[in-house]
Amino acid sequence: MAMNYNAKDEVDGGPPCASGGTAKNRRPDNTAFKQQRLPAWQPILTAGTVLPTFFIIGLIFIPIGIGIFVTSNNIREIEIDYTGTDPSSPCNKCLSPDVTPCICTINFTLEQSFEGNVFMYYGLSNFYQNHRRYVKSRDDSQLNGDVSALLNPSKECEPYRRNEDKPIAPCGAIANSMFNDTLELFLIGNESHPTPIPLKKKGIAWWTDKNVKFRNPPGGESLEERFKDTTKPVNWVKPVYMLDSEPDNNGFINEDFIVWMRTAALPTFRKLYRLIERKSDLHPTLPAGRYYLNITYNYPVHSFDGRKRMILSTISWMGGKNPFLGIAYITIGSISFLLGVVLLVINHKYRNSSNTADITI
Amino acid sequence: MSSERDSETTFEEDSQPNDEVVPYSDDETEDELDDQGPAVEPEQHRVSREAEENRETFRKDCTWQVKANDRSFHEQLQFMNTKFFCIKESKYANNAIKTYKYNAFTFLPMNLFEQFKRAANFYFLVLLILQAIPQITTLAWYTTLVPLLMVLGITAIKDLVDDVARHKMDNEINNRTCEVIKDGRFKTAKWKEIQVGDVIRLKKNDFIPADILLLSSSEPNSLCYVETAELDGETNLKFKMALEVTHQYLQRENSLATFDGFIECEEPNNRLDKFTGTLFWRNTSFPLDADKILLRGCVIRNTDFCHGLVIFAGADTKIMKNSGKTRFKRTKIDYLMNYMVYTIFVVLILLSAGLAIGHAYWEAQVGNYSWYLYDGEDFTPSYRGFLNFWGYIIVLNTMVPISLYVSVEVIRLGQSYFINWDLQMYYPEKDTPAKARTTTLNEQLGQIHYIFSDKTGTLTQNIMTFKKCCINGQIYGDHRDASQNNHSKIEQVDFSWNTFADGKLAFYDHYLIEQIQSGKESEIRQFFFLLAVCHTVMVDRIDGQLNYQAASPDEGALVSAARNFGFVFLARTQNTITISELGTERTYHVLAILDFNSDRKRMSIIVRTPEGNIRLYCKGADTVIYERLHQMNPTKQETQDALDIFASETLRTLCLCYKEIEEKEFEEWNKKFMAACIAPINRDEALDKVYEEIEKDLILLGATAIEDKLQDGVPETISKLAKADIKIWVLTGDKKETAENIGFACELLNEDTTICYGEDINALLHTRMENQRNRGGVYAKFVSPVHEPFFPSGENRALIITGSWLNEILLEKKTKRSKILKLKFPRTEEERRMRTQSKRRLEARKEQRQKNFVDLACECSAVICCRVTPKQKAMVVDLVKRYKKAITLAIGDGANDVNMIKTAHIGVGISGQEGMQAVMSSDYSFAQFRYLQRLLLVHGRWSYIRMCKFLRYFFYKNFAFTLVHFWYSFFNGYSAQTAYEDWFITLYNVLYSSLPVLLMGLLDQDVSDKLSLRFPGLYMVGQRDLLFNYKRFFVSLVHGILTSMILFFIPLGAYLQTVGQDGEAPSDYQSFAVTIASALIITVNFQIGLDTSYWTFVNAFSIFGSIALYFGIMFDFHSAGIHVLFPSAFQFTGTASNALRQPYIWLTIILTVAVCLLPVIAIRFLSMTIWPSESDKIQKHRKRLKAEEQWKRRQQVFRRGVSSRRSAYAFSHQRGYADLISSGRSIRKKRSPLDAIIADGTAEYRRTVES
Repeated sequence: MAMNYNAKDEVDGGPPCASGGTAKNRRPDNTAFKQQRLPAWQPILTAGTVLPTFFIIGLIFIPIGIGIFVTSNNIREIEIDYTGTDPSSPCNKCLSPDVTPCICTINFTLEQSFEGNVFMYYGLSNFYQNHRRYVKSRDDSQLNGDVSALLNPSKECEPYRRNEDKPIAPCGAIANSMFNDTLELFLIGNESHPTPIPLKKKGIAWWTDKNVKFRNPPGGESLEERFKDTTKPVNWVKPVYMLDSEPDNNGFINEDFIVWMRTAALPTFRKLYRLIERKSDLHPTLPAGRYYLNITYNYPVHSFDGRKRMILSTISWMGGKNPFLGIAYITIGSISFLLGVVLLVINHKYRNSSNTADITI
Repeated sequence: MSSERDSETTFEEDSQPNDEVVPYSDDETEDELDDQGPAVEPEQHRVSREAEENRETFRKDCTWQVKANDRSFHEQLQFMNTKFFCIKESKYANNAIKTYKYNAFTFLPMNLFEQFKRAANFYFLVLLILQAIPQITTLAWYTTLVPLLMVLGITAIKDLVDDVARHKMDNEINNRTCEVIKDGRFKTAKWKEIQVGDVIRLKKNDFIPADILLLSSSEPNSLCYVETAELDGETNLKFKMALEVTHQYLQRENSLATFDGFIECEEPNNRLDKFTGTLFWRNTSFPLDADKILLRGCVIRNTDFCHGLVIFAGADTKIMKNSGKTRFKRTKIDYLMNYMVYTIFVVLILLSAGLAIGHAYWEAQVGNYSWYLYDGEDFTPSYRGFLNFWGYIIVLNTMVPISLYVSVEVIRLGQSYFINWDLQMYYPEKDTPAKARTTTLNEQLGQIHYIFSDKTGTLTQNIMTFKKCCINGQIYGDHRDASQNNHSKIEQVDFSWNTFADGKLAFYDHYLIEQIQSGKESEIRQFFFLLAVCHTVMVDRIDGQLNYQAASPDEGALVSAARNFGFVFLARTQNTITISELGTERTYHVLAILDFNSDRKRMSIIVRTPEGNIRLYCKGADTVIYERLHQMNPTKQETQDALDIFASETLRTLCLCYKEIEEKEFEEWNKKFMAACIAPINRDEALDKVYEEIEKDLILLGATAIEDKLQDGVPETISKLAKADIKIWVLTGDKKETAENIGFACELLNEDTTICYGEDINALLHTRMENQRNRGGVYAKFVSPVHEPFFPSGENRALIITGSWLNEILLEKKTKRSKILKLKFPRTEEERRMRTQSKRRLEARKEQRQKNFVDLACECSAVICCRVTPKQKAMVVDLVKRYKKAITLAIGDGANDVNMIKTAHIGVGISGQEGMQAVMSSDYSFAQFRYLQRLLLVHGRWSYIRMCKFLRYFFYKNFAFTLVHFWYSFFNGYSAQTAYEDWFITLYNVLYSSLPVLLMGLLDQDVSDKLSLRFPGLYMVGQRDLLFNYKRFFVSLVHGILTSMILFFIPLGAYLQTVGQDGEAPSDYQSFAVTIASALIITVNFQIGLDTSYWTFVNAFSIFGSIALYFGIMFDFHSAGIHVLFPSAFQFTGTASNALRQPYIWLTIILTVAVCLLPVIAIRFLSMTIWPSESDKIQKHRKRLKAEEQWKRRQQVFRRGVSSRRSAYAFSHQRGYADLISSGRSIRKKRSPLDAIIADGTAEYRRTVES
C-alpha cells in the first residue's frame, strides 16, 4: 500500500479569512484536528505494493508449509482403537456391563522405533464434551479449594450437586463422567517376560491448572479429613481423595482429573494420559517390536456410539502429527503466488488507461 | 385602501391566477400537508361541518369571542373543550409557550419510554429478560446489560441536555415583560401571564407578545409602525392603523381600563395578512381587518407607545399557527439501517430456528443416549429444541449490533462538531460560525438532490444599491474619473461636499459628479430631482440625521441615491414636498400622487414648482413607460440599449420621465381626478383610467439601475452544486420579474434557457391528464406508470411559476369550494356513496396532478416559484419529497421559510440576520449562502462516506464475530455453546473493535476538502446511494459470513486431533476459543486498517491499540491473580499463556488472518484497476492534482443585448404610502412639519410666502 505523507495540507489548507488578526470570540480554533487537517498517510492499493505483497506471502508461506508438513510427517504416531465393537476384538466382552472388572489386552506392533519422549493419549469420539449443558456443569470455586463451595456447590452442578444429602466433591457432570479406564503398556521382548513400560503420570497437566486453578480444600491433616463432609460423584468408584497414592497428585490436583476437567473443543478429542520419558540418547524410548496394551475397561461409550482409542505419539517443535496446517500453508502460499501473477497480468493490461485525463467529472 | 386590497385577495380565486398576488390558500392546504394521504373524516363530523358551511359566511367565520378587560368572560363553560375524560380546558390558549418535552418528574419514565420505542433498545430489553430465564440463558447476564445501560445512559444524558436548553429558552421568552391593565392601572406583567382580552401597552422597540388589536398609539391617527422581519423576513417597516373610534376615545389609561368592547372574529389561523372580525362597542359595530392587528413576533418601531387588546395568545397566535409541527427528522440511512436491522433480525430468527430444530434432532439421535449429558430434567427433545431456540437468540444477538445506534450517534455528533469548528464556514464579519443544530442528519447532507432556496436574505443580501444610471442616453456608473476615462481601479466618489450624504453609497463614476456640479446638462439635475420628488417615502429626522422609511427597499435606494448626489428629500406635508437641490431648499406643491400598483407598474407625481409651472414626474417599468412616451424622444434608442446592458448585468431597472402640463389641461384633468376620487363604486378602476389620461406624451429622462446585491459567491456555489447534480429551486415571495432577474444574476438561468411559465405548463399538464384519463381513468395509478418526458430532451429549461398558478395547477382550493357547493346534504345512502366516491376520485385526480407537476418540474434544470406563501413553500418541498422520493434541503433566513425548513429533509437557516426564526427551526445554520457548497460537498460527502463505511464495516464485523457460534454449533450438538469466552463477547463490541471504526467514522476522508470542491461530481455517489444500499449490505454480510467460516474452519482443521509442543492436547475448548478470538481481533482490526483511507496517528494508534488491548486484557483475565479473586467469573485461567506459547497456534492465527485478508486486498486492487471509481482515480493522482494547484474558475460569460428579460421593475409588491400621504394622516399635526425638519428660518419664510 502506497503511503503518501500528507502533512503539507496543513500549510495551504488555511482559510482565506485567517488574515483578520484580531481574534473574535466565536471564531473556531485553527488547529489541524478541528479543521480536519491532521497529518495523515493515505494508503492506496497500487501495483507497486500489492503485487510484491502477494509474491512475498507466497514465498514465505510455501517454505513454512513444507517445513510443517515434513515435520508432521516425521512424527511417529500409532493409534489403537479398543472400543471393542468389533466382535473379534479382545475388548468385545467388556461391552456387557456385567463383567466387572473387565480387563482386556490388545497386541500391536511398532514398525519403527519411537525416539525421544513418547506421549500416551486416550482418545474419545462422538463424546460431546463441548455440549453447553455439560461444559457449565462444574464449580470452579469448589475446584479451587473454596470451603463454602465445597460444602455448597454451585447450582450449575445439578443434578450432580448433592447425593444422599451430602455435597458431591467434585460436583457436576464433567467430574461425574471422568474417564476411568486404566491403560498399561508392555513390550513383548521375549514371550514369557513382557517388560512393562514405565508410564509417568505427573507433568501431564498445565502448570497453571495444577497450581492455580485446582486446589485441594485447606485445613485438616489428611486429604480424607478435608473432604470428610462430602461424598464421591455418583459414577465414581473411589472418592476424590483416593485417586492416587501420592499426596501431591491426589484430590482435586490429581492430574488425570485436571486433564479431564479441561473440556475438549470438539466431540472427537484426545487427552494426554501418560508420559513415557526418554531413557538415554542411545536407546529409543520405544524400540520397534511387539507390544501389548492392557486395558481395565470401565468407561462405557457404546451407548452413544463413541469410540475409545489409545494413541502413542512423539512430538516435534510444532506439536503432534497434523498434516492440515502444512498443506494449508502450501496451498495458500501457492494461491497467493499465482494471484500475484494474475494481478500482474491484469495490471499490465490496464496500466495504460490510468492518468488524470480520465477523471470525467 | 386596505379593505380594497383584502377584497382583491378574497376574490382572486374566481378569476384567472393573478401573478402579482400572493395567494393565501393556507387554511386549506394545511390538512393535506400534515396528514399524508387522504384523510377519512368521521361521518358525524362531516355532517356538522357541512351544516356549518351552509350557514351565513360571516357567522361561520366569527366564532372567536373576546371581551376586553374581562377575564372571567373567557372562562365560561361554553368556551371549554374537553381534553381528557373530564378535565376541561379553555379554548383560549395561555400566552405561555412550551417547547420542552420533559419536566423533573416525567423525565425518567418518558425518556425511557421513548428510548424503548426504538426497536433496537426494546429488542435488547427483551433479550435481557430472556437471559434472566435460567432454562434458556446461554450467556452471562452482563453481556447484554452492560452495553445496554451504556447506550441508554448516553442517550438519556443527551436528551436531558437538549431539554434543559429548551426550558431555558421558554423561560426567557415567557418571562419577558410588558404592561397590562390590571385593576384599572397599567402594571408590569410577564408574557406568560397575558390572557385573551387583556389590554396592554407596548413601547418602542418592544416585541409584540401576542396577536393584538391596535387600539391607539402615540402617533397621529393612531398609526403604528412595525417591523415584520421575524414573520416574513422583510425588513422594511409596515404601518398599522387603529380604528377612528378607538383612536379617539382610548388614549388615556382610565378610558382603556374601562374599555368594554366585544369582539367577534375568526378562529385562530395561520394567514398572516388576513383577519376578519367585528368590534361591538357603544352599541355600534366596527369592522376589523388585518391592518388593525399587530402580530406576535413583530417589533414596534418609530412609535413611542401603543395600546392593544389581546385577541390571540400563545399557541393561537398566527406566528405559532404558522410554525407548523415539529417533525422528527430521520435520515435515509436511518430508515435503511432500520430495515437492515429487521432483515438481520429475521435472519437471526431463521438461524435460531434452524439450529433449534438441529438441536431437537440431535437430542433425539445422540443426546438422549449420552449418559454423561444427563441433567436430571425429563425434557423431550423437541422441548429442548424450543429452549435452545431462545438460547440461540441470545447467543447470536450480537448479529444485531447493540452499539450500532449509539456509535452512529457518536459519529454524527463528532461530525457536527467538525461542522461547528470549520473555519471556512465561519463568517468573520458577523462573527458567526456555522452550527449544526441537529446532530442526527449529517450523512444526509451527502445525499441531497434538491435544494429549495429562499431568495431575499439567502441568495441576496437584501440590500438595494443604486448602481448605474442612464441619463439622456449616456450611461453613468462605470469606473471613471472626472475626464471620462475608464479605469479598472479607481477611488470611490467622495460625497463629502454634500452635507446630507449618508456615506453609504459606493459610486465610482467621477464624471457624473463633475456633470452634476457643472450643471451643463439640465437633464442630469432633472433626473436626480425626479428621484428626490417622485416617491412615497416618509422621512423622519432623528438627531439631525435624515431617516427614510420606504415601502420598498428599491425606492429607498433611489431616494438615498438622489440624496447622495445632492438632491435631498427633506420633508413632506400633505401637499408639499421640500427638496434641497444642491444646497438650495425649494418646496413644491404636490398636486397629485398617482400611486403605484401592480397593474400600472409606475407611479407619478404632479407638482407645482415655486415658479408656478406644473410638471408630472413619472417612474416605472420600461414596458409601460415606453408605451406612453412622446414620439419625439431623441434618446429613446440609447436608453433602450442602456436598459439592455443593465439588464444583462442583472440590475433592476426603472425608466424615468416627465412632462410639462399646461395649467388649463391640469384644471380639466383635476376635475376628473376629483370625481374619480369620490366615485362610490369601482373607484380603483376609475382612478386608473384618469391616471392613464395624464400619463402620456412623456419625455424620457433616463433609467436607473439598482443592484439587488447577491451574496458573495452565490453564482459559483450554484454552478458547483449544479455540477454535483443538485437541482436548485428558488422559492420566493417576490414578484415574478424580480425572481427571474435574480435567477439570471445567480446564473440559475442563462441565455440558452427556455423559460416556461404557469400557463405553459398548465396546458401541458392538462393534456397529460387527458391522456392519462383516456388510458386508465381513475385507475391510472394501477397501470404501470408511463414515464414519458414532458419536454423534448436536450434543451435547457427553467420553470417560473407563481403561487396562484401553483394553486391552480395543483387544484388546491378551487375544486374544494366548488365541490362543496355542488354536493350539499347527502340525503340518501346513494348520495352519500356517490359523494365519497367523487371525493375519492377527486383525491386521486389531485394526486395524479401533483405527481405530473413534480415530474414536469423536475425535468427543468431550474425552477423558480415566486409569490408563494410560507405554506406553499412547504407544500412544494413536500411534493418533491413525496413524489420524487429525493432528499431535499431547504435554505432560508426568515420566518416565512420556517415551514419549508421544517418540511424538508434538511433545513438550513442563514444566521447572523435579525430574525432568528429560521435558524431556530433549522438543522444547520451559517451566515452565507456560499457555505452551502462546503457543507454539502465537503462535510456532507465526508459524512456520508464515513457513515457508509462505518455501517458496512460494523455489520461485517458483527457477522464475522457472531457466526462463528453458528459454525461451532455443528460440532457441539447445536447446544448453543459459545465459541468465545463470555468476557470476550461482552467486550468485543465495546473495547476490542469499536475505537478504530469510530475513528474512521470521524476522521476518514478519501479525498481532501479541496479536491472534493474541485470535483463536485464526486458528490453523486451519495445521491445514488451507491455506498450503502441493500446490495452493499449483503456484500458486507457475505464478507462477514465468509470471514467467520475461515475463522472457524482453519483453526478447526488445525486443532483436529492435534497435540501441543509439550505433548499436552491443545484442542481443549478454552485454547480453541482463544485462538479464534485472537484471529478474529487481528482480522477485523486489520480489515478496518484496509478500509481506512486517511491514516492519522490516532487511527494507527487505535488499531494497534485495540489489538494490544485485547491481548492485555486477555492475559489479565487469564492470569492467576484474577482467578484467585473470582474463581467462577474468570474460568479461562492460564489459557492465554499456555495456548499462545505454542508456535503452532500462532501459525494457525497467521494463516487465518492471511486467508481472511488476502482475497479482500486482491478484490480491492482488481476493482481499482479495472473499474476505478472517480474517487479512486483522484486519489491515485492526488499528487499530480495537487501540483496543478491553481484551478481556474469557469470564465463568466458576459451576456448582453437581450431585451427579452429585462425590466425588473424596481418596486416591491407593496403599494406605496401615497394614500397615507395625501390623506395627511401620517403627518404630525401637533408640530409644524417643516419646523421638525429644517432648522433655519428661510424655509419658514418660504412657506409663508408660498401659502
